[in-house]
Amino acid sequence: MSADSWLLLGKALWETLYMTVVSGGLSFLFGIPLGVLLYITKPGRIKENAVLNSVLGAIVNATRSVPFIILLVAIIPLTRLLVGTSIGTTAAIVPLTLAAIPFVARIAEGAINEVPFGLVEAAQSMGATPLQIVSRVLLPEARPGLINGMTITLVTLVSYSAMAGAIGGGGLGDLGIRYGYQRFDGVIMLATVVVLIVLVQLIQSIGDRLQNYYDRTR
Amino acid sequence: MIELKNLTKVFKVGGRELKALDGINLTVPEGSIYGVIGSSGAGKSTLIRCVNMLERPGSGRVIVDGQDLTQLTGKELRLVRHNIGMIFQHFNLLSSRTVYQNIALPLELAGASSQEIETAVIPLLDLTGLKEKRDSYPSQLSGGQKQRVAIARALASKPKVLLCDEATSALDPQTTRSILGLLKDINRELKITVLIITHEMDVVKTICDRVAILSHGQLIEENDVESFFLNPKTELSREFVCSAIHQKPAAEVESRFQSEPTEGSRPVVRITFVGRRVVEPLITRAARQFGTDFVILQADIETVHGKSMGFLMVEIMGEESDVEASMTFLRDNVQVEVVGYVS
Repeated sequence: MSADSWLLLGKALWETLYMTVVSGGLSFLFGIPLGVLLYITKPGRIKENAVLNSVLGAIVNATRSVPFIILLVAIIPLTRLLVGTSIGTTAAIVPLTLAAIPFVARIAEGAINEVPFGLVEAAQSMGATPLQIVSRVLLPEARPGLINGMTITLVTLVSYSAMAGAIGGGGLGDLGIRYGYQRFDGVIMLATVVVLIVLVQLIQSIGDRLQNYYDRTR
Repeated sequence: MIELKNLTKVFKVGGRELKALDGINLTVPEGSIYGVIGSSGAGKSTLIRCVNMLERPGSGRVIVDGQDLTQLTGKELRLVRHNIGMIFQHFNLLSSRTVYQNIALPLELAGASSQEIETAVIPLLDLTGLKEKRDSYPSQLSGGQKQRVAIARALASKPKVLLCDEATSALDPQTTRSILGLLKDINRELKITVLIITHEMDVVKTICDRVAILSHGQLIEENDVESFFLNPKTELSREFVCSAIHQKPAAEVESRFQSEPTEGSRPVVRITFVGRRVVEPLITRAARQFGTDFVILQADIETVHGKSMGFLMVEIMGEESDVEASMTFLRDNVQVEVVGYVS
């Protein structure tokens, strides 16, 4: 592989990492609270609100049902509003984040669901406020599940970011398509795939380690 | 300390209404250990969960330490709950927290400083015998140790009342005894009123001062534990008492059992002794004095509410008048009840 190819690969790796980490971080920031909201507003839970729950649920489902490649171009006006441009790596972060938020929300809701409801009742019997129940009981107890969910989200974002090339986002997927596929450069294609595999392995093993560290049930 | 007035709770299950609690009236005296016993589905858990409003009663009043909890706002209720500790069948400890951190939780929730928390938690670790386990996680503890942590946690906010929802039902007999001993100590030393929900008569027998029986959402009998064992009034309470003293006649006798006397049948009598009567030779005295014979079908001595109680089931043989005289003699001294006849 030539020096130029290495340079291309390095740049693409950087773009993929940039897109994955920033959209991952933002989606946790918004998705986890949304997941908490989905959990606590369900009938019989600590802040029961059937209307809010079904509205949020419908929005989450609607967002999740749009194929990412469509979402990428469908929200271009919003992307331009938020980051000033609709093309480039930074612009790709907007649709990536938007697609990941409902994904994270459902995963967070599921992780919190695994916390035995008896713990919530025990906290209530101690006079805990709903906010305290979330911050002191639900989130700490769901932490291993949340970490697992974040790992899955990051891996999914790596693969979604491959589509960012459609709006000039760059990244490893884009490199593979343009150089590997369209210019018949098998070496670049192979290199892209290898880098992606290593990247995903790395994310997964860090995630597993963190999850193990925080899991006190074993 | 706890007063339930005309408490009613109806659940809607698949369109049908289920009366979990049906006009419950109950008073738990300050400083006592009060047991509510019942079969599963009788409404026991609903009852105890109404005492700290984990379950909102449909109607009626819940008065704890002079305050009607059904009238309180959410915020007032949360404050009152610091006065009411609760422990559960499945312990409900936070798996992500150490023993120390679990016990500290109610104090953290109330906004105590780490200094205040330490001064409160350390003595509780001593009281519950968990000093060595301070930094262990719940998954590293046995069931009994977990319940001890839960008890320490319930006591952290210095409550006046401790609610125990089937607290020993998931524990083996030996661990149950040690947990009951701990509850008794807490009741005596810290002057905490204890309300216990259980389906195990052994729990009532070992530590309760008073007991109530719950059946299909209604309190059908209420008494001090001694009178309850001595003189159960309802069929259900008799069953519970028999289960606690393992009273069941041998199969050979049971097959010949009849409820009404017939020509030549002999009475089967249940005799209950209390206190010093346990050590008196009443049966042999009756046998010598009236020339009757006694077949011992079943016998047991139990400690109920700290007192010895003897339970004896005998078949009395002899001339009819002698048998009558023997029974009269026994009646003058102990509790006697004819439970049936054998021929």
